[in-house]
Amino acid sequence: MINLTLEFEKPLIELEKRIQDLREFGVKRGIDLSDEIAILEKKADALRKEIFENLTPWQRIMIARHPKRPTTLEYIDLIFDEFIELHGDRTFRDDGAIVGGIANLAGRPVTVIGTQKGRDTKENIARNFGMPHPEGYRKALRLMKQAEKFRRPIVSFVDVVGAYPGVEAEERGQGLAIACNIAEMAKMATGIIVVITGEGGSGGALAIAVGDKLMMLENAYFSVISPEGCAAILWKDGSRAQEAAEMLKLTAPDLKELGLIDEILPEPQGAAHKDCRAVAGVIREAIIRGIDELSGIPQRRLIERRYARLRRIGEFAVREVPESNLAMVVSGNEDMSAKPDLPDLEEVVEES
Amino acid sequence: MPAFKGIFQGKQKFVTVKAGAVQEEAPQGLWTKCGKCGGILYKKELTENLGLCNDCGFHFRLSARERMAITLDTDGFDEYDEELLTVDPLGFPGYDIKMEGARQTTGLDEAIITGKGSIDGYPVLAGFMDFSFIGASMGSVVGEKVTRLFERAARQRVPVVMFCASGGARMQEGMYSLMQMAKTSAACARLSDTRTLYISVLTNPTTAGVFASFGSLGDIIIAEPGALIGFTGQRVIEETIRQKLPPGFQTAEFALEHGLVDMIVDRRNMRKILGLLLAVHGGRRQDVG
Repeated sequence: MINLTLEFEKPLIELEKRIQDLREFGVKRGIDLSDEIAILEKKADALRKEIFENLTPWQRIMIARHPKRPTTLEYIDLIFDEFIELHGDRTFRDDGAIVGGIANLAGRPVTVIGTQKGRDTKENIARNFGMPHPEGYRKALRLMKQAEKFRRPIVSFVDVVGAYPGVEAEERGQGLAIACNIAEMAKMATGIIVVITGEGGSGGALAIAVGDKLMMLENAYFSVISPEGCAAILWKDGSRAQEAAEMLKLTAPDLKELGLIDEILPEPQGAAHKDCRAVAGVIREAIIRGIDELSGIPQRRLIERRYARLRRIGEFAVREVPESNLAMVVSGNEDMSAKPDLPDLEEVVEES
Repeated sequence: MPAFKGIFQGKQKFVTVKAGAVQEEAPQGLWTKCGKCGGILYKKELTENLGLCNDCGFHFRLSARERMAITLDTDGFDEYDEELLTVDPLGFPGYDIKMEGARQTTGLDEAIITGKGSIDGYPVLAGFMDFSFIGASMGSVVGEKVTRLFERAARQRVPVVMFCASGGARMQEGMYSLMQMAKTSAACARLSDTRTLYISVLTNPTTAGVFASFGSLGDIIIAEPGALIGFTGQRVIEETIRQKLPPGFQTAEFALEHGLVDMIVDRRNMRKILGLLLAVHGGRRQDVG
């Protein structure tokens, strides 16, 4: 049996159980305990607030990895009015760790892709715990190209611990598949909205997370490396993952502050798995808003805008050049303007 | 095919590599041991021999400067963006000390040198990654230098040759590092749209974030013999599948067999092959003196 209670929730769960017991006791004995219950409920509300408004990065990761965390297909079912699933990369096989298809969103056709974890052990095995092989990324790219062809916006749901680390995945070019997706998404001539719903595990997540709008659920995370991996490298001790999680700045609020995501989508207190329908409503509303905004932008501008968004990412300093060396340095960089100007795209995109 | 004429006759002009750029694999002293056959090699001879073992041809890892010296023509290299300096954007514990150590041991400011030079007379914009600098991991500065190189190449319509080597993204810069994969790949895609040649050379080792971005996006992907090439680290794979990995897994030869790279090129032929490729892609040869 999987333990569905998170460690930090225990005091709250105990309190909720006490309230429940008290209620049953009152009913059984015919005593009115509503005053006592009200006091405890108030206490529980305060405690819930206290816990969920002060989540540490590690606690958020625990929530993001919760076995009952809603999966992509559950969200798709609640968010879109219709969904026709399409399968396969047309080359090797259909990777169950990636799902995709065409959906109807408030009367508008969209292409949906996403990573898919299993909702139980059996499905998890069939879907390889949501870890894609290269053919999964190629399937996603095939569907995105189809979206581009038929001028549909793309919505991508990301919840993946990482690209599958296996022998066959390497044989079939995991790195090449990821690189190819990233490069193609960067110049895709249609709007792309990315929603990180749970885990954003490094390159395996980035492979479907390049777009015009990057949204994250409140308790999702997006990281260059798993905190366990980071701790193992830094201290040769994977159990110090909690410390690493603090340092990596991987939560939605951290990434919003660093300017790396556009929007945080709120979850109910107690996290997304407590009320999947409510979260789906929030996501749906955000996607519609995002698509409305993007649909007004001409294609060529959209691509320029996406490039500019990626282009500015990175933090560095510029060495001050001593007066005497100035001439030399300038001559060595004669073609570099202060702001990098962008190459022509004449053959790439036609105006929409 | 006049473009081919003379390519193979060009005098090979190698530069003597300055001492000081000591390789990680080679211990201090006059002698070193081959990592493959175990033979004892005289270091000076090894350097003159392009870092190849006399006996078995094992390709020793080269520093960025050594690689540059055996690859480019001697007449001039304009280094780009050397003024870019790494900062510690997340206040990551120990990053500043690690950077300082890397600067001291390598004499470099970051894990890549980029600039303009020529190979066998053909102008190129080239990048040379240096594994001894924090595993040539890609942080903001490496990503920015690579991106600017692609952007310059797109403007100038000059081919890019990138000597890759990397352990992946630099975790000390968190998501800024991961997003360098997207930034460099986006710039690479734009370069491709200008129909400018990009040759990626995967040297030992090219893995993770660099393999899964610009390393894999070359019009032509060349690997050096024996180089480790792959996405996920071998220890992680072993722990996941709970099996020993097959011999030769994630080597250049494995990559070639599985169709992941175009060709394996011995270091002794690298300049020749690069020159040939530059020629067939319409490279205009400058006068080689």
